[in-house]
Amino acid sequence: MGAKVITITSGKGGVGKTTATANLGVALARMNKRVTVIDADIGLRNLDVVMGLENRIVYDLVDVVEGRCKLRQAMIKHKLFNDLYLIPAAQTRDKTAVSPADMIQLVDKLRPEMDFILIDSPAGIERGFRNAVAPADEVLIVTNPEVSAVRDADRIIGLLEAENKGPGKLILNRMKSDMVRKGEMLSAEDVTDILAIKLIGIVPEDEGVVPASNSGIPVTLNENSRAGQAFRDIARRLNGEDVPLVSTGDNGSFLQRLARLFSGSDAR
Amino acid sequence: MQQEQSFAIKGTRDGLLIALNANEDWNTVLTSLAAHIDQRLNFFAGARIIVDLGERPVPRHDLSSLKALLERRDLHLWAVLSESQTTNEASNALDLRTSVGSLVPGRGETDQLASNTAEETGTNGVLIRRTLRSGRTVHSMGHVVVIGDVNPGAEIVAVGDVIVWGRLRGNVHAGANGDESAVVCALDMTPTQLRIAGYIVTSPADKRRKPRPEVAVVRNNQIIVEAWT
Repeated sequence: MGAKVITITSGKGGVGKTTATANLGVALARMNKRVTVIDADIGLRNLDVVMGLENRIVYDLVDVVEGRCKLRQAMIKHKLFNDLYLIPAAQTRDKTAVSPADMIQLVDKLRPEMDFILIDSPAGIERGFRNAVAPADEVLIVTNPEVSAVRDADRIIGLLEAENKGPGKLILNRMKSDMVRKGEMLSAEDVTDILAIKLIGIVPEDEGVVPASNSGIPVTLNENSRAGQAFRDIARRLNGEDVPLVSTGDNGSFLQRLARLFSGSDAR
Repeated sequence: MQQEQSFAIKGTRDGLLIALNANEDWNTVLTSLAAHIDQRLNFFAGARIIVDLGERPVPRHDLSSLKALLERRDLHLWAVLSESQTTNEASNALDLRTSVGSLVPGRGETDQLASNTAEETGTNGVLIRRTLRSGRTVHSMGHVVVIGDVNPGAEIVAVGDVIVWGRLRGNVHAGANGDESAVVCALDMTPTQLRIAGYIVTSPADKRRKPRPEVAVVRNNQIIVEAWT
């Protein structure tokens, strides 16, 4: 059978690709899946930081590709999960150090031993993006509910279609439902209306994400985090489970929900 | 009309296809192509170019001077179709595509190219049966019909009319060679920018309007958008 290879990309930078990759990797590992996450952002690596593995790096992706080490040697085992590995990007090189063919070859070697291989793509549409997408069986496009991010996501989807990798599935990240209600932010419907691809998850804005990333403990390990819950749901969907999508991704705080319940205005 | 012996230009789904005469002297072909483009910079600007070189073997330095010639005019050489091994190797060295989904080199296509100018018939055109996403451009010497949406960031430039069976939200330029009788139709007309010949308008900002089929025409020296009936 072999692993399912999923590339996480976006076009625009800073929308949460690395956060999504780290969290989905951890969430899948929690489901007892064998997972390898690969940082394809050569020269600007940070998946290792978000996963708290920075100080364990000895070899990296470019070392493997250039034959300086065995694939196994570059795979860093996660502190909490025995079957979760990270292949870090090189920090001292750039995107041209690796070709799309190298990525396909490397991933093919990993496939038999894994259930999921997640690839964190760099921003942009150039070589790094093509490297990250080349081995993918499926592509997840991360966007924020902002016009500029959606525009870039649209461009990415077009490029994926041209490579026969499309259309991909959408993760809508950092959704603030109160702003949507006030009409200040694009709603999920506004975004899917333009992009016309399948939505695989809506991740609400969550102040826990930044400290979690800074400390190298992905937020999905926090049972109480709403963003963490959203990533766990996406991981289950990637695993083929049917998890219903909550349309706004936000029911408000517990008290608000309670208030609505008593006022009878909440149909759910 | 001696130009048509040197090259022929045709709009395709993948970009502008320029077929160069395989027998004429290389420098002569380049000179007349450059002159042709310079006269119509407005139309060509930003276009994605596919060059069909036929059987002519073109070494790398010649191909790279063609590429430079196009790039100086803000044209993007994307693919080179050829039946020559030498040319294909040169294309690979320059990181250019040697095949395009919808086109095959040679195959008699070039013969009919010469007659494809919008002035002669009103029926040449490109049909696109999917959504044009951001970054995608379509240039046509004839009309353009899109069955699907035209998203923001996508661009259509046509010498003839533009018809969108879907939502038009990107940039569109009809009558790009100055034809003021060109029209733009769409089921939902909210282009980022709409041009007909030398006129230009943007969509009003009112958000929650109800989509309806509309047509844009030039009347009394301005672009008017009215119900498409």
